[in-house]
Amino acid sequence: MGAARQTYAAGKVEDYLKQIGRVIVIEGKELAVFRTSGDEFYALENRNPHPKGGPLAEGIVSGHYLYDPLYDWKIDLRTGEVQAPDKGQAAAYPVHVDGDTVVIGI
Amino acid sequence: MTSNREKLVLIGNGMAGVGTIEQILKLGGAYDITVFGSEPHPNYNRIMLSYVLEGSKTVDDIILNDRNWYKDNGITLHTGTTVTRIDGDKRQVIAENGLTAHYDKVIIATGSNSFILPIPGSTKEGVVGFRDISDCEAMLEAAKQYGKAAVIGGGLLGLEAAKGLVNLGMDVTVVHLMEDLMERQLDHTAASMLKAELERQGVKFAMGKQTVELTGDERVSGLRFNDGTELEAQFVVMAVGIKPNVAVAKDSGIEVNRGIVVNDYLQTSLADVYSVGECTEHRGVCYGLVAPLFEQGTVLAKYLCGVETKPYEGSVVSTKLKISGVDVFSAGEFIDTPEHTVISAKDDWKRTYKKILLKDNLIVGAVLFGDVTESASLQKLVKQGAEMTDDIYADVMGTGCCGGGGAKKTASVESMSDEEIVCGCNGVTKKAIVDAITENGFTTVDEIKACTGATRSCGGCKPVVEQILQYVLGDGFEQSMKTGICGCTTLSRDEIVAEIRAKGLTTTKEVMNVLGWKQEEGCSKCRPAVNYYLGMIYPDTHKDEKESRFVNERMSANIQKDGTFTVVPRMYGGVTTPEDLKKIADVSIKYDVKVVKVTGGQRLDLIGIKKEDVPKVWEELDMPSGYAYAKSLRTVKTCVGSQFCRFGTQDSMSMGALLERKYERLDFPAKFKMAVNGCPRNCAESCTKDIGIVGNDGGWEVFIGGNGGIKPRIADSFCKVKTDDELVEICSAVMQYYRETGNYLERTSEWVERMGLEHIKTVILDNEEERKALAQRIDFALTQVQDPWKKMLNDGATRSALFEATEIR
Ligand SMILES: Cc1cc2nc3c(=O)[nH]c(=O)nc-3n(C[C@H](O)[C@H](O)[C@H](O)COP(=O)(O)OP(=O)(O)OC[C@H]3O[C@@H](n4cnc5c(N)ncnc54)[C@H](O)[C@@H]3O)c2cc1C
Ligand code: SF4
Ligand code: FES
Repeated sequence: MGAARQTYAAGKVEDYLKQIGRVIVIEGKELAVFRTSGDEFYALENRNPHPKGGPLAEGIVSGHYLYDPLYDWKIDLRTGEVQAPDKGQAAAYPVHVDGDTVVIGI
Repeated sequence: MTSNREKLVLIGNGMAGVGTIEQILKLGGAYDITVFGSEPHPNYNRIMLSYVLEGSKTVDDIILNDRNWYKDNGITLHTGTTVTRIDGDKRQVIAENGLTAHYDKVIIATGSNSFILPIPGSTKEGVVGFRDISDCEAMLEAAKQYGKAAVIGGGLLGLEAAKGLVNLGMDVTVVHLMEDLMERQLDHTAASMLKAELERQGVKFAMGKQTVELTGDERVSGLRFNDGTELEAQFVVMAVGIKPNVAVAKDSGIEVNRGIVVNDYLQTSLADVYSVGECTEHRGVCYGLVAPLFEQGTVLAKYLCGVETKPYEGSVVSTKLKISGVDVFSAGEFIDTPEHTVISAKDDWKRTYKKILLKDNLIVGAVLFGDVTESASLQKLVKQGAEMTDDIYADVMGTGCCGGGGAKKTASVESMSDEEIVCGCNGVTKKAIVDAITENGFTTVDEIKACTGATRSCGGCKPVVEQILQYVLGDGFEQSMKTGICGCTTLSRDEIVAEIRAKGLTTTKEVMNVLGWKQEEGCSKCRPAVNYYLGMIYPDTHKDEKESRFVNERMSANIQKDGTFTVVPRMYGGVTTPEDLKKIADVSIKYDVKVVKVTGGQRLDLIGIKKEDVPKVWEELDMPSGYAYAKSLRTVKTCVGSQFCRFGTQDSMSMGALLERKYERLDFPAKFKMAVNGCPRNCAESCTKDIGIVGNDGGWEVFIGGNGGIKPRIADSFCKVKTDDELVEICSAVMQYYRETGNYLERTSEWVERMGLEHIKTVILDNEEERKALAQRIDFALTQVQDPWKKMLNDGATRSALFEATEIR
C-alpha cells in the first residue's frame, strides 16, 4: 500500500466516455484517466514512457490495455507497464468509484 | 566470481567484439571478461547511425546492450578507455590512462577509422567522418547552424549521410571521384538510376571531381577541385572509405598487412591473441560490413569455448542502401566482363533494373534496383554458386507472377547451414530462428523479431525469415500465414467482411465476440479496421465508434509529438479567398499557432494548437475540416488550368473543387489523394496520386494507384474519357471498388498491384452495369456523411470529454 495517499474527487462516472481517456489535472500533475467497457477506472500519469514522451490520454483502450496514441506501444493500465517487445513504465495511480463519484489517489 | 576462471580481454566495444562475447555467453564459456572501448557509450548498432541521422531513431534506440547487460553478465566494462598495447610477455593489456588487465586470451576488435583525405584543410573545423555517435552528433549540430554541406564520397556511407543531411534541411552536394556512384557495388546502369532517384529526393551531385583542398579560415568554407572549380560548403563529411584500425596490433608487434592478419580460426601472429571484425584481414580480405564479422565471431566463440567448429573460410557480401524509397541490392560480382553471361532487364517506366551474372552457367553475382524482392533468393544463389536452370530463371526473372517458385525457395533455406547468418544487422543465425520457432511455437515474423531481433534493423532479411518459417512449419504455415489482419484473429479481411455480411454483425464488439477474437476487445490494428468495414458495409446504419478510431480521427485533428494538434481547414481544389485567408490569419494569431505551413496538397496547416483550443479554433474558423488526419479524401490538388494558364485545355480548378466537394468526408481504407491537371504538362503531379486526372484536348485521362510516400509508385494509366460526367462516374466506381475490396490501411498503390490493373479495368471499364452500380453505392454512402465539427460543437459532453482537461486542486 506504500506511502499514504491523498484522494481527490474527479467528477462523475458519466463524465467519462467508455474506452476514451480523459485528462485530469490534480495539483498540477496531469493524469490520463480511463473508463473501460466494463466500467473499471484506471489512471496513469499522462506521460508516454517512450523516450520521446508525449501524452497517453488519446490512445485506444482494449480491456485493461492501452495502445498509446503516438508510438502504438501496448501498456497495461493496471500497472503502467509497457508490454514486450517494448520496454518502459508509466506511473499508475489508484482509482475507485464511490457512489457515482470517481476518486483518484495520489 | 571465481578467480580460477580464465581471463578474456576484449579490445573494442563494437559490433564484432561484443557479438563474439554474446555468443561465448550463450555457449556457456567460462571466462572472466573485461571489455575496453574508446567510445563513452555501451555497445550500440553502428549500422543504425544512418537512421539516427535521418531522424527516425534516437541514440537510445540503437543501444544493443546497455550497462546493465554487462553487469548482469559479470563483465567489467571500461568505456572511454583506449588500449595502446598488448604486452605478450607479461600477458597484459595496457590502456592509455595506465589501466592494465591481465589476460589469458585477448580479442582485438577495434574496427575501422574513417579515412580522412590527406589534403590541405582537412583538419579544419566543420570536417568530420561518418563513423560513430560523436560524428553523428556533429552533423545534427551543424545542420542547425549551417546551410550548405558537401559529402565527399558517393558510396553507401556517403549517400546515407547525404540523405540524412538533406532530411535535416541542408543543401547537400555529394562529390564523387568516379562517374558512377557506389562503383564498388553497382554497375553503370544501376548507378545512373540511383543517382536520378536521389536527385529526385533532393541530393545534388558533383561527379568526376577530385577534391584537392578545403578552403576557409578556422572553419571550412568550401572545396577546391583539381579542375580549378570550387564548391561552397560550411560543413564537410568525408566518406571516402575506412581504414582498418590496426594501431594496437602494430604497437604490440603483431603481424599487420592492410588489416590484422588472421588464419581461419581468427588467430593472429601472437599467441592467444585473436581478432575479428573490420580490423582483421582474412585471406587477404578486409570486410566493411557486419555479416562477415558475425560469421567470424561465431567461429571464434566456438573455438574459445572448445566447441567443435568449421573454420572460417570467408564471406560473400551483399549491400543494401538504407534510404527510404531507394532500393538497391548487389551481391557477388557485379561488373560484366567478356567471361560473363549476362541476364538483364531494365524498365525505364517502373524504374527497375535487374541483372544476373553467370560464369560457366554458375550464378556469381547480381544487381537489383527499384524492386529488390528477389534479393534474398539471389543472395543465396550467389552464395551457393548455384547453377542456372530454367526454373531458377523463371523464378528470379519473374516470368509469370506467382508461378511455382515456392517449393524451390524453401529448398534453398533447407540447404542453408545452421550457422549461416540470416539477419546481418543483428547477427541472427538460421539456427537461432529455427529454435525460436520450434521452442516457442512462433508462427509470425513479429514474434521472431521480438525474440531474436532478426528483421529489426534494415529489414533486408525478412523474406528469408519468412521462408524459414514456412520451411519449419510446413503445412502449419499456410494456416498461420492466413493470420488475417492482426494477432487477435486468424481471419483475413475477406473472411471478416464475408462473416459480417452473412451473419449481419453490427458492432466491433459483436464481430469480435462472434468470430472468436483472442483479445476480446481487439487491438489498435483490428478495432479501427473492423469499424471501417462495418461503416463500408452499412453506410446508413452503422454507428461510428469513436473509441475505435485512431486519435487523429477521433479528435478530427492531427496529433503532434508534443501532444498539440494541427488543424487544416478545407480549401476545395486548393483555392481560397482573401476573406478566408484573413479569417485563418486572425484565428491563428488569437490561438497562438506555432507554424502556418503550406502542405504538399496545397492546403494550410495550422500547427501547434493546444488540445483544449481545438474546438474553439474550429468554431471560429467556421470552415469545413480538411480531413488531413483521416483515412478519407485528403485533397484534390489542381493546377491553374484553362481559367488562366496559356496551355490549359480543361478547367482543372473547377473540376478539382467539384470532385473534392463530392467525395469529402467519406471513409476509405487508407488516405486518398487526387490531382487534376489542365493539360498533359501535369503541373499538379497526377502521377503520384491515388487518382490522377490529366486534361487533354478532347477530354480527360485517368491514372490510378500512384503514391509519393514511403513506397513511391507511378500511377498507371487507367482510361480516357470524353465528358465530365463520364469522368465522375469512373472516379466513383474506382473509389467504391477500392472501398469495398481494399484491406484497411492498404493504399491504392498496393491495392492496384494486389488486384491487378487489368482486373480493375475489366470490372469497371468493360462492365457498364457494374460500374453504374458501384457509382450508385458510393452516392448512397455519400448522402450519409456529415461534418464532424458541426456535430462535435453541438455536443457539449463529447467535446468536454475529448478536449478539455479537468483541473482539481
Ligand atoms: C553510418 C554507418 C552505416 C553502416 N551501415 C551498414 C549496413 O547497412 N550494413 C552493414 O553490413 N554494415 C554497415 N556499416 C558497417 C558496420 O557498422 C561495421 O562493419 C561494423 O560496425 C564493424 O564492427 P567492428 O566491431 O569491427 O567495428 P566497430 O563497430 O567500429 O567497433 C570497434 C570499436 O572499437 C573501439 N576501439 C577502437 N580502437 C580501440 C582501442 N585501442 N581501445 C579500445 N577501443 C577501441 C572503437 O571505438 C569502436 O567502438 C555501417 C557503418 C556506419 C558507420
Ligand atoms: S498542367 Fe497544363 S494547364 Fe495546368 S498549369 Fe500546367 S501547363 Fe497549365
Ligand atoms: S539484415 Fe538488416 S534487419 Fe536483418
